[in-house]
Amino acid sequence: MSLAFALDAILGLAVLAVAAWTIVARDAFAAIVGFVAFGLLLALVWVRLAAPDVALTEAAIGSGVTGGLLVAACSHLRGDAAAAGIEQPRAILRLAAAVACVVVTAGLAAIVLLLPDPAPTLAPQAAAQLAQTGLGNPVTAVLMAYRAIDTLLEVVVLLLALVGIWSLAPDRFWGGRPGLRQHEDPNGMLVFLARLLPPLGVLVGIHLFWVGAVAPGGEFQGATVLAAMWLLAMMAGLVDAPPIDRRWLRLALVAGPAVFLAIGLAGFAVAGAFLAYPPDHAKLLIVIIETPVTLSIAATLGLLVAGPPERAPPG
Amino acid sequence: MRLVLDALTIAAVSAGAFFFLAGTVGLLRFPDALSRLHALTKADNLGLGLIVFGLLFQAEGPLTALKLIGVWLLALLAGAVVTQLIALAARPDGPPA
Repeated sequence: MSLAFALDAILGLAVLAVAAWTIVARDAFAAIVGFVAFGLLLALVWVRLAAPDVALTEAAIGSGVTGGLLVAACSHLRGDAAAAGIEQPRAILRLAAAVACVVVTAGLAAIVLLLPDPAPTLAPQAAAQLAQTGLGNPVTAVLMAYRAIDTLLEVVVLLLALVGIWSLAPDRFWGGRPGLRQHEDPNGMLVFLARLLPPLGVLVGIHLFWVGAVAPGGEFQGATVLAAMWLLAMMAGLVDAPPIDRRWLRLALVAGPAVFLAIGLAGFAVAGAFLAYPPDHAKLLIVIIETPVTLSIAATLGLLVAGPPERAPPG
Repeated sequence: MRLVLDALTIAAVSAGAFFFLAGTVGLLRFPDALSRLHALTKADNLGLGLIVFGLLFQAEGPLTALKLIGVWLLALLAGAVVTQLIALAARPDGPPA
């Protein structure tokens, strides 16, 4: 048994152990901590499987953003123990959820274990056409060229999720500011971090987005870092969450999907199909799409964590 | 030369791993939240610092070395700030008003 195999086995067992602990943890906050740790370990598994793009996404979206959303939900429930108690599902529902999860897991395991050897792959075709897209990273080529429609739908789904959260607002708060809990101490450590980190974080976010053309990275990963910097400044109280009826905010949210859709429709005219790029300008068009998409995803993720409006609109 | 560099890496990374081990033992054994945080920061600061120091001898170029140091500095910053925030929340008299 080689050393690498032993380390992989320990990593796999650790993932399973943290997953099990997350499920059985009684306290909601403890379960969230377990879930975030689970996501980070899973990112390491993806690195071991030579899939750094997936690892980055898992760490940023699966662990970071989802963890932030869960902590926000948990802190909303914590103030109201009675409401949280009502949320506790009954035994029959928990059993049904457990059975459904086991069925899904067993199905996935069966599919993976029953794959022929070698497994069918489109990787050679994806690599062979890479030059036509002008990109150097085959994963980005899949996301932005071969299967761009999936990415377009993902961006739209993210926007719909925000609409869903906003629709939870009572009428009197519509158009107001989200009620993100702010740290009060103006001389505290969080303010210090929120002043020191964002310049570096914004640089890292833009780098992740830009380097996605040739290396692991991309608009979702970059946008997550940008959103995290925005949230840090909001939580430290350096900036307030914007009222959700601001025109610039709405423009920032729809710019990405709108440009994506417009270039996709233009594909009918110039290249003969939806989301088809003329070969000479593929890279340029992809960058023109990705730039507003990164901005929109960052704004959407930040507002998803900030939650529904909870203060009356100013004026 | 290669041998010397490898020996330095092994020594520094082993020392770093020892600090992680000591920090983990402290996290599990120390009686209250503040001392457990104290144990944890030793692992983050010194343990990660020694491991990064050891890996510097294996870096392919100055850019990789700078990135490694950057990782350590960011972990230091995040660790210091988060430890303070947790300590404030964990004080017996609660966070200051």
